[in-house]
Amino acid sequence: MNYKIDFTPVIEGFPSLLMGCLGTLGLALGGMVLAVIVGIGGVMLRDSRSRPLRWGVIGFVELIRNTPFLVQIYFIFFALPLAGVRLDPTPTAIIALGINGGAYAIEIIRGGVQSIGKGQVEAGLALGLRKGQVFRLIVLKPALRAIFPSLASQFILLTLTTSIAAAISAYELTSVAQRIESDTFKSFEVYGTITLLYLAMSWLLMNAFNLIRSRYLSYPVR
Amino acid sequence: MIVLEHVQKHFGAFQALFDINLSVRAGEKIVLCGPSGSGKSTLIRCINYLEQSEGRIIVGNVELSAGSKAVNAVRSDIGMVFQQFNLFPHLTVLQNCTLAPRRTRRLSKADAEAKARELLARVKIFDQADKYPAQLSGGQQQRVAIARALCLEPKVMLFDEPTSALDPEMVKEVLDTMVSLAEDGMTMICVTHEMGFARRIADRVIFMAQGRIVEEGPPAEFFGNPKHERTRKFLGEILPSSGTPIVPPTTPLK
Repeated sequence: MNYKIDFTPVIEGFPSLLMGCLGTLGLALGGMVLAVIVGIGGVMLRDSRSRPLRWGVIGFVELIRNTPFLVQIYFIFFALPLAGVRLDPTPTAIIALGINGGAYAIEIIRGGVQSIGKGQVEAGLALGLRKGQVFRLIVLKPALRAIFPSLASQFILLTLTTSIAAAISAYELTSVAQRIESDTFKSFEVYGTITLLYLAMSWLLMNAFNLIRSRYLSYPVR
Repeated sequence: MIVLEHVQKHFGAFQALFDINLSVRAGEKIVLCGPSGSGKSTLIRCINYLEQSEGRIIVGNVELSAGSKAVNAVRSDIGMVFQQFNLFPHLTVLQNCTLAPRRTRRLSKADAEAKARELLARVKIFDQADKYPAQLSGGQQQRVAIARALCLEPKVMLFDEPTSALDPEMVKEVLDTMVSLAEDGMTMICVTHEMGFARRIADRVIFMAQGRIVEEGPPAEFFGNPKHERTRKFLGEILPSSGTPIVPPTTPLK
């Protein structure tokens, strides 16, 4: 063992690691926004009257939840160009994260929607609101409140999953670390450092989620 | 105002309503009573299409079972008050009251709030407009639910056991509100076991059992001289032996 611990490359490369963090957060936020859209849209389709739509959503959720994310991101990265869509790695990664996170979000949000009593829906309908309005104005917020902790931890997971986007060389923390490591061979120092950076980002996001919950999703309950 | 012709309702193999015929004039107050499972709640839920039934239901001059547009229009002409209040927990009292008028009647925020405050005052919820439902007592919540329904200026009010989930000391405040509504000429159909209330405001009391209308008549006749054995048995069970109502007549609001 004559590996000498030397943090000089990490210190020199720290600004680019921080930029990598921003890349990671960008992917994560983009993925989350997309996942929420996919999740809420998916729940509406999942419980719609059309049988093909319902089965389509079920199939989508099963497909995504039972295949590896690395394979999914490769598939999207290499399949989209065949369909004539050329995207850079970063938008591709956001789409893949949104689709993957969305599939999990559908199941989580659906659990929340099912926890809302039938009486709430009936009260909305009895007031003459349309089904879509009842969902959006009456069901959604209490449902999100009920499942927010699960959704938050799913989104932390999504944030950590962004590291897999290094495989298609999207711009994020792990790919920056890989570059420094391959230039300097200081793997322990580099990966040790980004481990702490990921930890810090997760902590930051958890606090952000708690803030969102207390700011937008809290109301007195008995 | 409301006409039901040959209304039947099945839940799977179970038939909940058998050939119900009923017509309600504008301004009439109907009390529906009967043992549990007799179909009274199902019946009033059919009137605003929360349950889909066979037969004809005509509200105003619109026949239900038409497109969903007609159903929504009819529903906003019918106020409904539920046993479990069903206030929206994430909205304040005021927002509960303004939600539907702003969405279905396209009222401005200011107009909807002015209307809501007026009706909240009427049900004696004076200074709780900015509280959330969970911060109110059951009786207050039910009165908010009544105000919320009134905000759409309904032509009919349906009450589905409005006092059954309340603590005894809160029943009176809700009944008072309903009495004052009745005295203002509202058309009302109430499913309730409050026979004092029935005696006081009902034009007709309808007794149901096993999905059928067994007997109906003005309260004096209904309570004083019930014709059917089934009705007598029911009244014997819920009224004290003297035949006088358990809950004494209430004092009006205002």
